[in-house]
Parts: sequence; C-alpha cells; structure tokens
Amino acid sequence: MILLKLFWSFFQIGMFSIGGGMAAMPLIQNQVVNLHHWLTLTEFTDLITIAEMTPGPIAINSATFVGIRIAGIPGAIVATIGCIFPSCVIVSLLAWIYFKFKELTVVQGILSGLRPTIVALIASAGLSIFILVVWGEDGFSTNPLTINLVSVLLFTVAIFILRKWKPNPIYVMLGSGIIGGAIDLLI
Amino acid sequence: MKKSRAALLWDLFITFFKIGAFTIGGGLAMLPIIEREIVDNKQYISKEEIVDAFAISQSLPGVIAINSAFYIGYRIAGIAGAVVTAIGVILPSFISILAIAILFDTVSGNVYVSKALTGIKAGVAGVIAVTVVRLGKSVIKDWFALILAVLAFAVTTWLDVSIVFIIAAGALAGYLYYQAGRVKRHDTD
Repeated sequence: MILLKLFWSFFQIGMFSIGGGMAAMPLIQNQVVNLHHWLTLTEFTDLITIAEMTPGPIAINSATFVGIRIAGIPGAIVATIGCIFPSCVIVSLLAWIYFKFKELTVVQGILSGLRPTIVALIASAGLSIFILVVWGEDGFSTNPLTINLVSVLLFTVAIFILRKWKPNPIYVMLGSGIIGGAIDLLI
Repeated sequence: MKKSRAALLWDLFITFFKIGAFTIGGGLAMLPIIEREIVDNKQYISKEEIVDAFAISQSLPGVIAINSAFYIGYRIAGIAGAVVTAIGVILPSFISILAIAILFDTVSGNVYVSKALTGIKAGVAGVIAVTVVRLGKSVIKDWFALILAVLAFAVTTWLDVSIVFIIAAGALAGYLYYQAGRVKRHDTD
C-alpha cells in the first residue's frame, strides 16, 4: 500500500528532524533514496535545489514533491500530512505543559536562560544568510573581489528602510528580490 | 472587545499563509513576519512569548516552521487555531511544489530566478538583523543574559555543535542562575 508507506516514511522524517533545515536532509535521503528508491540521487539533488528556491520548510517541500511523483495528488497530501503529524502531537503536548507551569519561578528561571540563547541562535542564522549572499557558496573570504556588492547594497538599504519606516518585512524581501533581479538584468 | 471566532481563525490562516509564502531559506526567516503580524499589529502575544515559542519549536522533534505555527496557533485559539495555522503555513509550499513538479525544467536553470532569490535573501538578512536588535532589547536585560547571548552566538557560529545542545545549555544556565539567586536571597534574610 503505497500511500501508507509514504505516510509512514514522512512521519519518521517529521519525527526525527530536530534542529531543522539542512539537518533533515540525510534523513530524507535515507528514506527516499536508499530505503525506498522513490528518487534517484540525481533527482534528490534536484529536489534540494527546488526546496532552496521555493517557500516553505525543506521537509515539507520534499514530502509534497516525492508524494506527487510517486502517487499523484493523493500521495502529495498523504506524505505532507505524515510529515507534519509528529510536530502537531508533540507541540500540543508541550504547549499544554508550558501554559500550565509557565508561572512557576523555576520555569521563569529556565526561560531567563533560554531567551537570550534563542536570540543568539537567530543572530547566528542571520549571519550565515548574510555570508551566503555576500560571499556566495564558498563562504567568507578576505579577498574584496569576491564580495557581491549588490547584496551588500540591498542588505544596507533593507536595514535603513526597516529602521526608518518600519514597513511590513514582506515588502522589503519582495522589493530586494525584484531590485536584485533588475540590477543584474541591467548590468 | 473580541472578534468573532471565525474571524479570528480566518485571520490566523491568512497571517500564516503569508508567513509560509516567505519562509525562503530556512525557518528563521519567518520570525520577523511573525513578529510584525502577531506581536506588533495584532498584539495576540508578547515578544517574550514569541522567543519562548521558538525555543520550544527548535528543541522539539519536527519541522521548526510547523512547530512554531502550531504552537502559536494553539496559544491564540486552541487546537482549532493550531490546525488553521499549520495548514496556512504549509499551503504556499504545497502549492508551489505542485506547480514546480510540473514546470521543473523551465525554472531550475533560470538565471533571473536565481538572481531574484539572492536579492530576496539579502533582504531577509537585513530583516533578521533588525529583528535581532529588537528582540535583543526586549530579552537581554541584565549581564547574565548578555553574557549568555554572546557565548551562545559564538558557539553556534564557530563551533559545530547541535542546536539542541545549545538550547539545553541555555536552559540549564538559566536554571542554575535562578537557583544561585535564590540561595543568595536566602543568605541575606
């Protein structure tokens, strides 16, 4: 029963991807390429490219993609649901615990350590995106010629606009996408 | 003061649909949009709680975007809210993959698409920078928090340590700091 297999496979992927993003890739590869041969390794690499380009988490993207390739629209739906199911159960449980015990001072103590840590994690993730757009796939380099000036410009202007007018961040992202594409077209 | 329940759920759906549509290049890109829509505009929950939501989402198994959407939906409108936000956040990804599975060859090598994506990511980096400063102001209020944040940043950026351990260490540090503070208060009594 292919739908059941799809569900179970992506249930496991959803269940065991902790930390998010690229951390889930080996897991997906193991299930989809090695175990079930739903995709070849080349198709899998293409899938990563697609996931990079499209909105949404990579695990969900691959669930939908593999699902539709293997069993059409029903496959896409079943695989996607399988992938988010563990999240839903675990998070409901934890959210319930959190609200029940949030007021306890011990929990407040723990949160006082968690919050700065999470802000730091976000800062670090932001930095790695910055490095990616400014220096490209090869990462940071001291050679000034490797710097993507368009990205630096967009980054600076984005910060300036956000600080000054506080627009919806969606418009800033869209705007920098359009301008980034347009500048390259003109030069 | 309350909107009708249906209106609230619809609002959550639309908000998380937008969030899903702009989560390009990793789950954290969604945070600024969540902050803008849920905290600043609608004031459903506080800044601190958003950070808590991300702490919980990142340390749990599962997809971070789904975890945090589900958590925030649950917090605002119970299970119904959670289901609505989860569907909202995955729908853009679902639709675009369906489209791309059909159009794959035309899109994948397209140079304009990839330039536009680099541009979007540059914007995302700016948006995240501004968000970090704002969240930092509301979360980092004493020396303990500042030192912890700097340490966590350094470890995440330069060492190859799993995020789960860093989060656990942060929680432990908070707990110990709280206990130490309690002993001190006890001594001065």
